[in-house]
Amino acid sequence: MSVLIILIAASILVATGFLVAFIWSVKSGQYDDDYTPSVRILFDDKPAPSSEKTSLKPKQK
Amino acid sequence: MEEIVFKKDRKKRVAQQCYHCGETCDITIESDEKYFCCDGCKFVYQLLQENGLCNYYELSEKPGIRVKGKFSTERFAYLENEEVKKKLLRFNDGKQCQVSFYLPQMHCASCIWLLENLHTIQPGILYSKTNFQRKEISIAFNAGEISLRKLVELLAFVGYEPYISLKDGEKKLPNKINRKKFYKIGVAGFCFSNIMMLSFPEYFSAGKIEQQSLEKLFSFLNLTLALPVFFYCSSGFFISAWKGLRQKWLNIDAPIALAILVTFGRSVYEILSNTGSGYLDSMSGIVFFMLVGRWFQDKTYDSFSFDRDYKSYFPLGVTILKNGKEETATISGLQKGDRILVRQNEMIPGDAVILKGEGKIDYSFVSGEVTPVQKKKGELVYAGGKQIGGMIEMEILNPVEQSYITQLWNNNDAFSEQKNQDKSFVHPWSRYFTLLLFIIAGCTALYWAANDVSKLLPAVTAALIVACPCSLLLSATFTFGNMLRHFGKNKFYLKNSSVIESLSKINTIVFDKTGTLTHPAEALINYEGVILTDDEKNLVYSLTKESIHPLSRIIHNELLLNFQVSPLTVSDFKEISGKGITGNIDNHWIKMGSWQFVCDDESITEISGGGMVLLSIDNKYKGVFRISNQYRPGLKPMIQKLSEKKYELHVLSGDNDSEKENLENIFGEKVIIKFQQSPQDKLDYIARLKKNDYDVEIVMLGDGLNDAGALKRSDVGIAVTENTSQFSPASDAIMDGSVVNKLSNFIKYAKAGKRIIVWSFIISILYNVVGLSFAIQAKLSPIVAAVLMPVSSITIVVFVTLASTYMAKRKGL
Repeated sequence: MSVLIILIAASILVATGFLVAFIWSVKSGQYDDDYTPSVRILFDDKPAPSSEKTSLKPKQK
Repeated sequence: MEEIVFKKDRKKRVAQQCYHCGETCDITIESDEKYFCCDGCKFVYQLLQENGLCNYYELSEKPGIRVKGKFSTERFAYLENEEVKKKLLRFNDGKQCQVSFYLPQMHCASCIWLLENLHTIQPGILYSKTNFQRKEISIAFNAGEISLRKLVELLAFVGYEPYISLKDGEKKLPNKINRKKFYKIGVAGFCFSNIMMLSFPEYFSAGKIEQQSLEKLFSFLNLTLALPVFFYCSSGFFISAWKGLRQKWLNIDAPIALAILVTFGRSVYEILSNTGSGYLDSMSGIVFFMLVGRWFQDKTYDSFSFDRDYKSYFPLGVTILKNGKEETATISGLQKGDRILVRQNEMIPGDAVILKGEGKIDYSFVSGEVTPVQKKKGELVYAGGKQIGGMIEMEILNPVEQSYITQLWNNNDAFSEQKNQDKSFVHPWSRYFTLLLFIIAGCTALYWAANDVSKLLPAVTAALIVACPCSLLLSATFTFGNMLRHFGKNKFYLKNSSVIESLSKINTIVFDKTGTLTHPAEALINYEGVILTDDEKNLVYSLTKESIHPLSRIIHNELLLNFQVSPLTVSDFKEISGKGITGNIDNHWIKMGSWQFVCDDESITEISGGGMVLLSIDNKYKGVFRISNQYRPGLKPMIQKLSEKKYELHVLSGDNDSEKENLENIFGEKVIIKFQQSPQDKLDYIARLKKNDYDVEIVMLGDGLNDAGALKRSDVGIAVTENTSQFSPASDAIMDGSVVNKLSNFIKYAKAGKRIIVWSFIISILYNVVGLSFAIQAKLSPIVAAVLMPVSSITIVVFVTLASTYMAKRKGL
């Protein structure tokens, strides 16, 4: 019957692992914004390199 | 001779659209064979193009935001002020700074992309991260390379002007999203599933596990797992129940807290005294389900703010004149007698007297009236108006906290406090429920006291455990949560679930006219007079293009949409406020405006009223544009439906009675229609309705800040807005202008929601009757409790979700 005890211990350990993973994911802010990342993933990594980069100065009238 | 000039040309051609913002435009401003509506849009395009960010235009269709008016950086001068900086920056170590802004213009994937690539445009920005639902951006930047002011200017330049208001300066919001509820759900879920698993052996062996040691192990493991559920996850219920009891008020959390307490106590006793295994599985189950239900119901609309007070309307900074020198200061520091400068498009931060310059004040924000008001030197202007003309200098009489508009606002605070609080019919129900429960438990106790004292305690505690009104709570939370979603899908955003209940009780509906019943931006134009040639239409177009008066804009847009225009240069352009515009184009003198102005005649005629724009070319009268309000489509059938259902209808309008006929046509003769109502009148009107008849439950629909008082005073205040990213006054709900005609469906759906909850109560009571019949006989085994609890909860959740979805379909949502 001791095997049962080992199994229970193992199962609770695994479950605790998932709980810790969940808490970590909440803590790291993954649940704060559940929309923007779904859009962000579709963007290319880097914007196309600029040909002639000029310094920005809002052109005023 | 009558003709609707433009109707004929309609659909002939698709007007050119601005490549940046999609606004219809002519073809005068061009770059790279792309056309723009204004220089602002063109500059933004060029900036993005230079930096290789044209991907912006590929991600969404016409993503740009129209750059309104001339771009002036002067109005951001206050961001140089150290005090302001300190208030806005979230983090500052001298080198790296962090700031976050609310950007109401954010609306599509392109916006996210551009805003997160700001660092490629401007060196010094380290990174920027958006939160689309909250419409927020947080930016980290190097203070040595770019100042806060420059950063805000850049954002404003590309069209995303941050909304920085007096409120931002008040206190630094911790801005933490409430993560606690996630932790609680996670922990409860973990404990619940493990307790369930450890209880299986007992279920299958009918309560007798052969090996004593194993049984003990399972029980103690369950007890350990139940501790965090009892002490951590369910704390919310105990706190709420305790708060209620202290105010001598029995809310629905009280019986739930009692049930949790009794279940836990009895289980601990059974396990420690070795007499049973307790009901910990049921207890952790209900806690888990109820937490999920609350989360589901409270999932609100992050980007909306329903509780705006006047502070969110006023800017944070202002330019003051001290000893003849311009200085920036925060608005909250303004005092009586301070001299301030207000530039074009800036808001007047307090009641003040004009000292220098000419005021052209747009009070649309306060009164709903779109035509700007002319104010001369020495005249009084009120806070909340927006200066459209040039720069003016003025002296503050009342700072914002004591201004006219703030007074109006604060008058109502007393009412809004108690509104929608604890009015829910779930609470009285739960009170009867609790009462009944105590009677049953009492009878059980009496019976067993007489027959078998040893069974007294088990029977009574079992009754309390089984009768936990958790399914009652679940049915309300899941029904309302689901309904909020269905309302939201139809562009009707409610503040919280108690608004649904208030909405279901409504019997009186009060409408504001301008902007609510009518379309603010669109108008019906009829032209009467000599038919205009294409050249003449062009003259009219060119002249109106120069003016910012709403009527000119309407004529201008109508021509643009329906006629191939090629604008000409206007010389000697003059705009005389309240009268009209005149100018010289190709040696033609064109005059547009009121009867008195165009025809130089003081007599009153049929065409001398409001909404009439007369046209003369070279002093020859050509004709008149009649501009009338465009009512929202589908209004009439909805009003008929509402009056058939015996709702009492009222219309309050801030305008004059020129629209009386049209309104009576829609509403019928019996409906009370009031004109020229000031914000205070509207508020008083609602207050009078409430006073005269105690049973009256009012829903008020309004759009501007001028309705804010009335919205607050009514039982349900609905702010109607064209664009949900715009600012709407404090209200219980925000409604997109396009769905005003669905109001009757919304009310019907709210009523249906109440019925759904009543049905689900009946179902849950049936379950309770079954459970109680076991309990009072002292026969409640853990397995019966463990089966009954999830089955009843799941049936309720499934039933209310399906029923509310079905009802939404049936009510046409």
